[in-house]
Parts: sequence; C-alpha cells; structure tokens
Amino acid sequence: MSAVTDTYIITRRQLQLLTRVPEVLIFSTIQPIMFVLLFRYVFGGSIQTGQPGGYVQLLMPGIFVQTVAFTLAGTASGLAEDMKKGLIDRFRSLPISQSALVVGRTLGDSLLNIVVLTAMGLTGLLVGWRPSSGIGHVLLGFLFLLGFGYALSWIGAFVGLSAKDFRVVQNVSFLVTFPLTFLSNAFAPTTGMPRVLQYFAEWNPVSTMVAACRELFGLENQFGATAGSFPSEHPLVTSLFYMVLIMAIFVPLSLRKYRKAAG
Amino acid sequence: MKSVIAEALVKTYDKGNVKALDNLNLDVEEGTVLGVLGPNGAGKTTTVRILSTLLRPDSGRATVAGIDVIKNPDKVREIIGLSGQYAAVDEILTGYDNLVMFGQLYHLGKKQSIARANELLERFSLTDAAKRPIKNYSGGMRRRLDLAASLIVKPKVLFLDEPTTGLDPRGRQEMWGVIQELVKGGVTLLLTTQYLEEADQLADEIAVIDTGKVIARGTSDALKKQVGGERLEVVVDQQHVAKTVEIVSAVSGHAATVDEGLRLIMAPVSTGSAALVEVLRSLDNAGIHALDIGLKRPSLDDVFLALTGHVAEEHKEEEPVLTGRGRKAKK
Ligand SMILES: Nc1ncnc2c1ncn2[C@@H]1O[C@H](COP(=O)(O)OP(=O)(O)OP(=O)(O)O)[C@@H](O)[C@H]1O
Ligand SMILES: [Mg+2]
Repeated sequence: MSAVTDTYIITRRQLQLLTRVPEVLIFSTIQPIMFVLLFRYVFGGSIQTGQPGGYVQLLMPGIFVQTVAFTLAGTASGLAEDMKKGLIDRFRSLPISQSALVVGRTLGDSLLNIVVLTAMGLTGLLVGWRPSSGIGHVLLGFLFLLGFGYALSWIGAFVGLSAKDFRVVQNVSFLVTFPLTFLSNAFAPTTGMPRVLQYFAEWNPVSTMVAACRELFGLENQFGATAGSFPSEHPLVTSLFYMVLIMAIFVPLSLRKYRKAAG
Repeated sequence: MKSVIAEALVKTYDKGNVKALDNLNLDVEEGTVLGVLGPNGAGKTTTVRILSTLLRPDSGRATVAGIDVIKNPDKVREIIGLSGQYAAVDEILTGYDNLVMFGQLYHLGKKQSIARANELLERFSLTDAAKRPIKNYSGGMRRRLDLAASLIVKPKVLFLDEPTTGLDPRGRQEMWGVIQELVKGGVTLLLTTQYLEEADQLADEIAVIDTGKVIARGTSDALKKQVGGERLEVVVDQQHVAKTVEIVSAVSGHAATVDEGLRLIMAPVSTGSAALVEVLRSLDNAGIHALDIGLKRPSLDDVFLALTGHVAEEHKEEEPVLTGRGRKAKK
C-alpha cells in the first residue's frame, strides 16, 4: 500500500517540475506540432499516396508513434540527472518503496505524453486529419500510444540508470530511437528500402505500432511492406506483444539497477 | 552502548584493483559524535554509504542501533538520516516543496509534512528562501536544506559526509552552529571531514583514516598531543635569526627549528596567543621587527606527517584550504 503512496508522491513531484519549468512542457509540445506542420506542408505536397484525405491521414499515426518513442530519451535523461545530483542516494536512504522513484518517473513521463498527444491531435485536426473510425477506436489508438510510450520509458530508465555521464545518455537514447523511427513505415513506404532493411522495418515495433494506429484510425495500412508477413497482418497483436516483452525485460532490469545504483 | 559498529569492512572496485576500504573498523558510542578524518580518496564516502545502506561491502559486518545494515536495510533506513557529500535536493523545486515531499515520503501526512517543513526552514534560517527554487540557493543554504531534509523524522543516527567542504568560512561557521545544536539534542552523529579543525570543533572522538583503514583514533586532545598542537612561526631579517631563535626557544620551552632559506623560525607552543604576545614583546625589547608572525594550528597534513611519516597523498581538488594560510615550512 505504501508503495502506491510513495509512487504517487514521486509522480506528483514530476508534475510539479513541469509547472516550475514550463519550458519543458512548451517545448515538448511545440516540437511534435512543428513536425506535423513540416511533414504535412513540406513533404506532404510531393508524396502521392492515393489515400483519400491525403498524406496527412498516414502521417499522423507515424508522428504520434515517433513522439511517444522519444519518451525513452526523456526518462533516461531525467533519471541520469537525478543520479548525477546524488538525489537517488537520498531517495534510496529513505524508508520508502525501492521502486517508487523509477515507477513514479515513468508514470510522470506518460502523463506528459497525454498532454503532448492531445496537442498534436488537435493540430492534426486543424490541418486536415480526419480519422474515419469511431471515437472509441480513436481513443483505443491513443491508449496504445500511451502504452507503447510507457514501455519505452522503461528502456529509458535502464539507460539513464546505467550510464555514468549525461551526454552518453543522450547519445544512447538517440542511437536507439532514431533508427527505430526512421527505419519504419512511419513517414514513407518500406517497399522502397533494400530487402534487408525491409525485414527490419517490417518487424520494427515502431512500424507495427504505426500500422496498429492506422488500423484503429480507420485506414488501410498502405505503407506496410510485404503483404502477408505476420506483423503487417496482425499489427495490434504484435504491438501488444512487443510492449509486454519490453516491460518484461526492462522493468526488472531497471529496478535491479536502481537498487544497486552506483554501487 | 555502541550505536554504530563497523567490523572488518572491505570494499574493492575495478575487480579488486582499487581497495576503497581495507579492513576498516569503527564504532560510535550512543549520543556521541565521531569525526572521521581523512584526505581525498581515503574511503570516507564509501564508509558512509555502506553504513547508510546504499552500498554493500565485499565482506565485513555493520550494524546501526543494533540492526544489521546488510540483512535489514529497510529497518536501518527508518532510523537514520543521511546528508551526502553533495547536497541531494531537487534543484528545480523550492526548498519548501522539497521538504514537504520528503515529509510525505516519510508518511507524515500532508498537514504534518507542511508543519515540519516550516519548522525546519525556520530552524535553519531558510524561511525567506523557502519559496525559491534550490538552484538559486548559495552553497551554504543548499547544504543546510540538505541537512534539514535528513532531519524530517528525528533520526537516531545521523551521517554527514563532509558537511562543510566547499563552503566559505562564514558558511562553515553557520554549519558548525547548526550541527552543534543538533548534537545537544542527543543525536548520535558520524561525520566525515578533511579538516582537523572541524573534527576538533564538533567531534567527541576522531578516527583518522587513510587508504581504507583507521590509522589512529582518540579524542581530539589525545590526537593533538600526538601531532604536537599549535606552532608559533616567525619570519625575521637574516641578521636577527640567531637572536630570534633564542627568544622563541625560551618561550616555547622546546628548541626552535629554523628554515634558513625562508628565515622562518618555528616552535611548538601550548599557551597559544599568550605565547604569541610574549614573543612579540621580547622581540620588541631586542629591537627586532618581525616580518611575519603567527600561530599555526596543525592541519591534516601535520596529522598525517605525525602519524604516518608521510604527507596525506593529495589528489588536490577544488577544496579550499582552511588552515595553513601562510607559507609552509619546507619539509
Ligand atoms: N564507483 C567507484 N568506482 C571505482 N572506484 C571508486 C568508486 N567509488 C570510490 N572509488 C575509489 O575508492 C576510494 C575511496 O573513495 P571514497 O569516495 O570513499 O573516498 P573519500 O574519502 O570520500 O574521498 P573524498 O574526500 O574525495 O570525498 C578512492 O580511491 C576512489 O577512487
Ligand atoms: Mg567522499
């Protein structure tokens, strides 16, 4: 029971931080909005999709997934910062649940995602995004996005607690995130890639997430690769499987790392 | 009764190549203050982190208030307070928010957390700064807030790792005052420091550690006796050196030593400023003008020199020099 209270207090601290440094909230919202506008108006005009409603319908799920993927970097740098300042030592010397700090951090980062996704969704609607499934399906899509962000947050926790240096954390986070988001079906069809990359892109969790969201938002997954491959046929199931897999690996790893932090 | 016991603690890093602790033994009597004195890299932080459950030793045993820190870390955490070497408070939050958060983490409840936060802010003269983010605090304020955070629930045993390193003389004085107040309240305290003067001011007993071992232990007086207490130092013109040696030796009762190059005459004294005045008067009577004169308290270097025959190995870092403002005699 007290583990829940402890976690709640840490999560609230996370939100308090956002109100103290509103820039964090502002920039983590502006950046994805900027991406929406850039892709929509810069590339959107030259990409022919044959998609009723235009490129923006395919683009939005891609940008949603890319944005939540960056939760990894957020959690990693947040925890690395706490480590650097010795704050983790203080928390570890308190008679509180030994998972509260990490769980609270990941939950706080997910709450930030809710705000960011809402802002992006509204921007999308303004520039022509029109999900054709019902509201229930759209919300389910957002739930998927939050779940995916939460799972990646745990990879970030592991990176942040493992690294000794802040800059290393940022580099590692980007090294993990960039290939995942660009070697995917998020912005362009995978069919134009060399065969090897296509395999990667097909099984890439970012691709399956994008495909899952497109399905939930009522689109055909036109950017999918080879028809008939398991992940492109069953993106929802595959994505869920990935989330569970990531958490099954990284929750225990991160918590163990935390208990032995800098030891 | 012993409140803290460490027995044969060993901790190595880098696959055994770095021996941070090498069979370290310590204990602290309940209600007293132990000063752990040692140079950079001696193993002070490692000791504190093991005793406060943050680190597991490779071997050895430690208890705090009778509770095993390795077997029952949760129980130990309930009765200790820790203020680490680097102030560990949330930079972005205000002092008030930090303390309230820690209060709630101690399950004090909202009302009580707020009351306790205000009480501590008041006690550490931080009320004015309460609503400012910590990142705008001075080093001294930060340390005080960090200490306050370790006192939210009155701990039985308190660990302070170099509480004044990096503070200016005024900040150090303030911190000493705060710590002395705490000690009056009856807490058992283990504090680490690089300054003999600090251990002298605050501790009932001092343990000197070097390369992961306790190399000397006793009251500050006993230690100083071993080291030689205060020293009087005078610099005069070349032609007056001989006469000055005579005067200083007479006042000190020990033969004065001379550094010819620096024209520096020194001798141990036990009467402090009285000896200083006496030497000044005698010099004046002899028509000698002292170019520089002063009392030098033994520094960590002197302690190490006396105990080990070598100067503390220095990894000279940013630490400000507290004692030995004047030039040092050539060794
Ligand atoms: N995580 C670590 N990895 C490798 N070596 C370490 C680690 N932590 C400490 N050491 C080494 O262990 C020894 C003791 O370190 P410790 O931090 O306990 O010294 P200290 O007395 O606190 O020094 P300081 O006055 O500089 O704070 C040092 O040689 C240090 O380099
Ligand atoms: Mg240290």
